Amino acid sequence: MEKISDELYREHILDLYKSPANFGELKNPTHKHTETNSSCGDEITINLVMENEKVRDVKFSGSGCVISLVSASLLTKKIKGMKIQDIQKMDKSDIIKLLKIKVNPARMKCALLSLKAVKSALEKK
Amino acid sequence: MKINNSIAKKLKKDFPIFKKNRGLVYLDNAATSQRPKQVIDSVKSFSERDNANIHRGLYTLAERAMQNYDNSRKVIAKFINAGSSEEIIFTKNTTEAINLLSYTLNSIIPKKKTEIVLTEMEHHSNLIPWQQFAKKNKMKLKFIKMNSDFTLDIDDAAKKITKKTAIVTMVHVSNVLGTVNPIEKIISIAKKQGALTVIDAAQSVPHMKVDVKKLGCDFLAFSSHKMLGPTGIGVLYGRKELLKKMSPFLFGGGMIKKVDLENAEWADIPEKFEAGTQCISESIALAQAIKYLEKIGMENIERWEKILLRYALMKMNKISGLEIYNPEYDKSIGLISFNLIGIHPHDVAQIMNEDGIAIRPGHQCAMPLMKILGAPGGVCRASFYFYNTFEDIDKMISSILKIKKKFS
Repeated sequence: MEKISDELYREHILDLYKSPANFGELKNPTHKHTETNSSCGDEITINLVMENEKVRDVKFSGSGCVISLVSASLLTKKIKGMKIQDIQKMDKSDIIKLLKIKVNPARMKCALLSLKAVKSALEKK
Repeated sequence: MKINNSIAKKLKKDFPIFKKNRGLVYLDNAATSQRPKQVIDSVKSFSERDNANIHRGLYTLAERAMQNYDNSRKVIAKFINAGSSEEIIFTKNTTEAINLLSYTLNSIIPKKKTEIVLTEMEHHSNLIPWQQFAKKNKMKLKFIKMNSDFTLDIDDAAKKITKKTAIVTMVHVSNVLGTVNPIEKIISIAKKQGALTVIDAAQSVPHMKVDVKKLGCDFLAFSSHKMLGPTGIGVLYGRKELLKKMSPFLFGGGMIKKVDLENAEWADIPEKFEAGTQCISESIALAQAIKYLEKIGMENIERWEKILLRYALMKMNKISGLEIYNPEYDKSIGLISFNLIGIHPHDVAQIMNEDGIAIRPGHQCAMPLMKILGAPGGVCRASFYFYNTFEDIDKMISSILKIKKKFS
């Protein structure tokens, strides 16, 4: 049988799942958004503090599968200090680069949930 | 043929998929079952030797196709103890059978009847068609509650089914909980109130003896692909006198007696409900699947699956942090939904796949029930068939334990 998820649950992924980075909420976020994936019940809330068009601080909270939560940890680490316009350019390939694992098509929605939440938060004024 | 572990292993050899996928532990039978070579050969042989369209072909091939098709209807009628083969309508699947009813039943429902009674454990296939039916016909939906042990609350059923009830409809067996609902009791309550009864038997007909006369239901639907047959073919059983009164569902060739430019006269049942060219080879293969099941005996299938269920539950109940949604083996078919607390079902299923185990994660086409169970991410579902063995279950259990360790 083909083993599609051979690499999926590697140590670096599981470690970040057990102790996520940037998990929680911010006291005075300038931008906040909750994104849900109703077909699998995943939910991610992003809190951002933006200053001079840059991310000064970011945290996420919520629940979901390994892929969606680990993506959120990696993404929040990555975007700290980033400019809005650079974040808006991010897509699927950036998330895969961060995860460093194969993600099969059925799980892609989970991998992209936090990016969608960040982008939606930034669109809100 | 009473099944035990070694007979189950022998039966598995009739299924080529297990030869082509060595080590496959297939526990997703409630979604679709595997096919024995007898069924595969039937489709192949029809394509190679008998292929022709049915109805009005005067050549030998067409006659043979028609004969086989008619015979398949007879085999199905006998299998569920219908009064005659006229009461068997071929559909695409259970969903289409229920849609057929949701498009046509309003023609036989008295105006004063304004409510439809269902349960909280419906598959979307027996929920959404009735939501639409209720909206179109300005009717109200009512849902019979569940007890805390995942069985149906009969007292609540007796309260909710009243003189106003037009239709009582429910799953015979829940595709999430495995619960076998006491439909005989509910059908008798419904009859006293003059309501029509529609049974979604997609999960019961493949696993136990279903006798429509004994049940006394008006309509019953099931799918071929969950009972060893091919996809694309399903069955709607309906009582003759009701089917005769109902308007057709789909219109076109094959469902008419007489046509002029402005009007048409409908064919007799069952053709009235079968517009267009049907899935001919698939319906013939379904009859082969039924013959295979009958050779083993539905009672024997039910018995063995219960033994597997009891074995699995006994082992799974000992695992801490494992939540099980099942009413216990005497009230259930061989199906277990579960969650490892704190681990998303998609993660569990994907790691199980690494071990060659096929289970189904997610909302199982029952989103309202997931809400009631408090499982927003869905559940993991393992569902058995008669070709599953103790070893299959042992492999699943060790995979569950491995996942638990990995995440701790």
